[in-house]
Order: sequence, then structure tokens, then C-alpha cells
Amino acid sequence: MEKGKAPLLELKNIKKDFFGNQVLMDINLTVNEGEVIGLAGENGAGKSTLMKIVFGADVIRETGGYGGDIILDGEKVAFETPFDAINAGIGMVHQEFSLIPGFSSTENIFLNREPKRKNVIAEVFGERLCTLDRSEMHVRAEEAIGRLGIHIDADMLIKDMPVGHKQFTEIARELSKENMKLLILDEPTAVLTEKEAEILLNSIRGMAERGIAVIFITHRLQEILNVCDRVVVMRDGYLIEDVKAAETSEADITRAMVGRNVDKVEGRSVKELDPGEGKTILSVKRLWVDMPGETVRDVSFDVKEGEILGIGGLAGQGKLGIPNGIMGLYEAGGTVIFDGQEIPLNAPRKCLDASLAFVSEDRRGVGLLLDESLGWNIAFPAMQIKDRFLKPYLGGLIKWRDEKAIEEVTQKYIKELAIRCTGTRQKAKELSGGNQQKVCLAKAFALEPRLLFVSEPTRGIDVGAKALVLEALKRFNRESGTTVVMISSELEELRATCDRIAIVSGGKVAEIISADASSEVFGTLMVSLVR
Amino acid sequence: MSVNKQKTAVNAAELIRNNSVPIMFIIICAVCIPLAGFSPSYLFNEIITRIGRNTFLILSLLIPVMAGMGLNFGMTLGAMAGEIGLILVCDWQIVGIPAMILAVIISLPIAVGLGLFCGRILNMARGREMITSYIMSFFINGIYQLVVLYMMGSIIPIKHSNIKLPRGYGIRNTVSLLRMRQKLDKLIPLKLFGADIPVMTFIIIAILCFFIIWFRKTKLGQDMRAVGQDMEVAKDSGINVERTRIISIVISTILADIGMVIYLQNMGNIATYSSHSQIGMFCIAALLVGGASVDRASIGNVFLGVTLFHMMFIVAPAAGARITGDSMIGEYFRVFVSYAVITIALVMYETKKRRARSRVGEQLKLEQGTGEEAA
Repeated sequence: MEKGKAPLLELKNIKKDFFGNQVLMDINLTVNEGEVIGLAGENGAGKSTLMKIVFGADVIRETGGYGGDIILDGEKVAFETPFDAINAGIGMVHQEFSLIPGFSSTENIFLNREPKRKNVIAEVFGERLCTLDRSEMHVRAEEAIGRLGIHIDADMLIKDMPVGHKQFTEIARELSKENMKLLILDEPTAVLTEKEAEILLNSIRGMAERGIAVIFITHRLQEILNVCDRVVVMRDGYLIEDVKAAETSEADITRAMVGRNVDKVEGRSVKELDPGEGKTILSVKRLWVDMPGETVRDVSFDVKEGEILGIGGLAGQGKLGIPNGIMGLYEAGGTVIFDGQEIPLNAPRKCLDASLAFVSEDRRGVGLLLDESLGWNIAFPAMQIKDRFLKPYLGGLIKWRDEKAIEEVTQKYIKELAIRCTGTRQKAKELSGGNQQKVCLAKAFALEPRLLFVSEPTRGIDVGAKALVLEALKRFNRESGTTVVMISSELEELRATCDRIAIVSGGKVAEIISADASSEVFGTLMVSLVR
Repeated sequence: MSVNKQKTAVNAAELIRNNSVPIMFIIICAVCIPLAGFSPSYLFNEIITRIGRNTFLILSLLIPVMAGMGLNFGMTLGAMAGEIGLILVCDWQIVGIPAMILAVIISLPIAVGLGLFCGRILNMARGREMITSYIMSFFINGIYQLVVLYMMGSIIPIKHSNIKLPRGYGIRNTVSLLRMRQKLDKLIPLKLFGADIPVMTFIIIAILCFFIIWFRKTKLGQDMRAVGQDMEVAKDSGINVERTRIISIVISTILADIGMVIYLQNMGNIATYSSHSQIGMFCIAALLVGGASVDRASIGNVFLGVTLFHMMFIVAPAAGARITGDSMIGEYFRVFVSYAVITIALVMYETKKRRARSRVGEQLKLEQGTGEEAA
């Protein structure tokens, strides 16, 4: 740090909770002019939340603001909206593209900041009737793209561009802003080819030389080491490490990222499964799934009868696409063989008939009938798929709901899973997140499946409920012998619950390893194929 | 070489698929024209008249499409405003071009008010603009009837009994516009190939076309295109999405207001309770026949559409009469066809979206295939 010069940005004791769920704890961070900072951490470590606070994102204000101070250029600031942040010279490139598909690169770079030509009508009816100064736009767009050191056709429509060029367009948009001081890049290289990533990294250095500070979030640790001055590692809402890039290594960062007292975690020593042992119940071959943001490419793996298989990996790498594709919720291709029989893809009913069940990560959208009672929620799939809880009349011509049986089974699950509710007739939407999750599980349990996919079972629920949900899964697996495939972003949870864990990276299974492997191995696998 | 050939074949197939509606209509017209047995000069005359009559109204649909609000029945509201203006100037015994200008001036505030109202409602019904505006046109039609059938003559003074119902209030089923009939069309008389050319109307349509072209180049036009393609991104860049959408509807109702006055001066009378009710449907059908879709419509689509659609209107009844001996079949045919066109165009829009989605899957499959070869 240069002495005598105030840092560009200073974060002091930043705290943030989402409805009592603490996600950031006392973050202190300084950024100097022209400095490149690499920000690393697992999913849910708080990187994105921290950046959203700096950028004044609406979601922060809507969830009750943050604690602590942000000091920009020696002045305390509190951005109400991203526009305030932009006016103060902060730019952010998000993971999802914020581009208009039918506009050219130039038009996107100058979206709502177009240079204008005055005319008579505009004098009368106001600014918005000025015509656009296309030639000026073109020149300035070329210039902004030129600064990145690459060639993009400034007149090409975004929808015709390869992903990399879209990313560059977004960065060029930020660079074309005159007062840019601090640029936040959220995983900019995730969609780039190696060569494009190299060009981007070079241009980041170029920006730094012009005095623009850059905060660079990436899962590719080598990039951080190559391009950053300092490395900041976050974990579970804490800032764990803040060191010079020259003084650290990939292994150090990985350790800090997954860290914890991981090697003491108790694996599931209930039964040790040899890879060769046990019958293969589900065999997935060359699966591809087109799930937006969670694309799966060429995935093959086997599941043994009676085991709990974990699927882990970073967000957006495709782990959620696997169960959603197999269960037919998103378009998929490849072969899935369950218990010797091929399951047709893109047909949810066929999967359910074959005794597969799925607890979706989208609880409110896919998982629950929000406006119906608990009893109905729990019994509904079993009624539809298995003809359970139905009383036949007239020799099976008419089937009526068996309210008594529904009541019984609901009571049983309320007790077993400790669902906190007023009774079996309470509506599902009135329950808290954790209890809704338990209802989703009960629903799947009531189907008595032979294989159960559970996707992000603990997302957005509190610690107590988490333990209960995981315990219920383990018990269900043990007692009824159901094979479970559990997908989760939380590695620790997988390690505590599963027999084997498949790590997905770049849409592919990097490797399937035993749950008691060391955390560094997992960390390395998670970023191994990131694209 | 063969790859190139294949490519052109694919492109040709794509071209036909993208323009299947206009192509279908060209075929229908090509079959019906000889069957109907009209002389070329009669056909030419009819087509020119109808282009002059309808084009302005259809052009009023373009700007909401640009702002992503689909094929919007909001224009029906503007048409109703225009009718109210015309009824009033008719009662005041004003004639000719001044009457038309005055009618536009009177109805403009009504059109703007209705446009603001419609825009607000449509902002609450994003993604369902077409059906919402359609139902809303029925609702406003109710209010229109209240005004014209009960308030005119009782609250709003109407002097002349030739437009009033015999009971003393309310407007007759038909209001004659004899004294402004085709005054605009014939302002600059020109006869070409035995047909009267409505030169002044064409000049006004040309001015509107230039206005739309110019408008696309303005900041507001650019904002509308951005909003039309992705509301979220537009909002993130600081564009006031709701306001922009409302403005596009207001422009549409204003243009429809003027368009309706032009339309009725050509017809020479107002069917007080039905003129506006089908105008939205026919304009949208004409635009779709011209090859437009829910999210893309150009001035070219308007002219192609108005020509083909009205060509069919002229020749189909005659052709139907020739074949079946019953002229009603043609009348039936044209109503049937306009609803069918709208349905087909909407279905095609959806399938196109689906196809784009499944193409991503194909791409993944393909990538995987090459991966295997490499391995």
C-alpha cells in the first residue's frame, strides 16, 4: 500500500443478514487505485453479497440494508440504487449477461447513454426525441473495444455472437464510461475460452495501469495468481485471508476456501462401500441436459443399490441439471438405465412410474401445491402415481379419496419429521422454508420410491432444520433401503451424509471419490473443468 | 460446392417457412383473381381505394410492436375517440377538410386519455398485452355506447334530428358524412389507368411512414426497442420501462384516432355502433398477412399486408359466388380467414420460439458427438 495516499475504497465492518441468517461478518477490505484484487471463495461464502453491497443492488436495500461503512475516495457513501454507484464511478459486470439480444454491440455499449443530436422537435417535446448520433456511437464503441485489445464486430447483433464476445461487450460497456474508478468482474472468464481469458486478463492489467481498480471474482485460481496484486479469500461470511498474490499458492487458497476443521468431519461409517461391491441400480450414460445456467455435458455415472451418492460442485457447473434432466423437467438426451430397464427421457411420468422420485430444489415452484393442505401435498403424488390413498367403488370404476388414510399418513410424517404446523389441514404456503422442505421430503417418502433424487435439500433453511432433514434422509435410506442421490452446494453436508461424492465441474463429472477424501482434493476437483 | 447447395436449400426452406402466411395469401389471390373475373382496372381502382382507406390505421400498430407490446388492440380505443369527434363536428354542420381537422382536435384528448389508461393497465398485464387489450376494447366499447347512446342528446347537446334517434337522445345507427365524403382523397384530383388516386391521403400516409422511420432513430425509439426486447436489461440501464410502454400505447391511440377519421371520410358514413368493433381485428389480420409477427413488424409488412388482405376481400366473395352460386360464402370466407390468420400467426410465433429452444439441445448433442470423435 502506498503511504500518504488514501485508498480508493474502504470497507469497514461490513455486516449483512438475510432475515436473521448472518451471511457477512465484519468484513474489512481496502482497495487502492490501480490495484487488482482477486476474490475467491466457495458458493455461499458471501462474495456476491459483498459485491452487491458495494454496488448498491436493490436486493440489499429490500432485505433490510447492511451494517458497517463504505468509504469511497475518503467519503462515506451509501448507495440507494446501482445508478448511484455507477455515477460514483463503480462498474460491475454480472455473471448473467445484461445485454439486449437484438441490438448490436455498439447499441448495447451505449444503452441509455447514447450520444444524441438535437433537433427542433426535441426542443418542444423533450430530450427523448433527439436522434441518436450513430457515427459518434460507432467511433466511441470501437475505441472502448479497442482498449480491451481484441477485435469484435461492433455492428454484429449480440444474439449472433459467441459467448466470449458478449462478455467482452459487457466489459467494453463499463470501460466506455468516463469516470470509471472501480470495476467489479463477477466470474468474467467462466464463459471464455482459454485464449479469450488470456486476452481479458491482459486487459485487466491494462486497466490497472490506467488507474482503474479491479475486483476480480473467479473460480479459476491460477488466473488470480497470474493477474492479481492481492488475493482475498472468503468463507462462510468471514474474510479468511488477505495476502499478496506473490506470497500465496493455489494450494493455500484452496485450503483457505474449503478450510474449516474439515479433516475431522465424521464420514458415514455406517457401511463402507467398495466401488465394485453392490448391484448397480441406476446407470447414466452420455447424458446432456439443456437447463439454462446448469448445462450438463456428456455425463456418465453409476449408482449402487442402497448407497447415498452425493453430487457436488460450484453453482452453475451443472450439478442441478443432472436430476432435472433425468426426471424429465428439462430437455435431455443420452441413456438412463434403471434396474435393467431403459428410462425414456423428457417424460416425467415414466420416471415416476419406474419408482424414481425427485425432491426439487425449486420448492415453491415445482415441489409444493402452495394453496393446498399438508395432507393433500403429501398424498397427492402417491395418489397420482401409485393409486394409494384411494378407495375404489363400483368395481374400480370410481375412485374416491381415502381421507382417513391421508390423515394417518400425514400425522405419521408430521411426527417423524417434526413438521411444525397447526394440523394436517394447514396450507403449505403458510409454513416456513424448513418445514416446507420437510413436506417435500414427506411427499417423496410417501411415494415409497426405489431411488430418490434430492436436490439442494438444505438450501435456505436454518441450522436446526438442516440437521433434521439430513437425518431424515439418512434414516429413510437405512430403514427402507432406498437409494438416494443427493445434490448439494455444501460440501460439508455431502461429506457428512454420503458414501461417495461425484464432483461436477464444467457440466461434466470430474471424478467420483469417497466421502472421506481430503478437502483439498474436493476443492481441486471443483475447479478442475470450470469453463 | 455441395455444402453450399445444401446451405441455399436450407435458406430457401427457412425463407418459405418464415414467410408462409404471405405466400399462402399470394396463392389464394392467384387462384381467386381469374375465378372472380374482374377487369384489371376495376381491381386496381378497388385496391388503391382500400390502401388509402386502411393503411394509416394499420401503421398505428407498429409502434406498440416495437415496444414489445405485441399486436395491440389499444388502437380500437383511438378509433372510438375518432368517431366521437366526427359525430360532434357532423352535428355542428362543419364540412370538408376543416371538419376533419376539428374532429381530430376534439378527439385527441380523448385518445390520449384512453391511451394513458390502456398503457397503465397493460403495464400490470405484462406478457399478456394482446388478450388484455382485446378484452379492454370490449370494456371501453361499453363506455362508448353509454356516451353515444344515452349521453349524447341528453347531456351532450346534439341539435340535429337527422343524427339523433327519434326518442330524443342517442345517436342513430348510421351517421352520414356526406359533406366530408372523400374530401381528403379528392383534394388533389388525379386519374391514373381509369382509377381515382387519393393523392392527399397517400401524402399523409407517406408523412407518417417517414415519421415512423425517423422515430426509430430517436432516443425514445431506441429505448422502445430495448424495452421490447428485454425489459429487465432496459430497466437495469436506467430506462423508465413503464413510462416508455405507456408512451408507445398513447402514440398508437393517437395515430388510430387520425386513422379512423381518414377511414371514415373515405367510407362516407359512420356505422355508429360497429365501425370500430372489427377494425382492430382486420388491421391486425392485415398486418399478419403482410408477414409481421408478434415481435416484429415493418412498414413493408403493412403495405404487403393491406394489398394482399384486401385483394382477397375483393375477389373472394365474387369467386365464391362464381363457384357455389352463393355470394354469402365469400362474406363468410373473409371473416373466417381473418380469424384464422391471427390464430396461425400466433401458433407459428410459439413454435418458432420452441424450435429455437430445442436447437440449444441439438447443439449440446453435437458438441458431445465431436467430443467422442476426438477421444
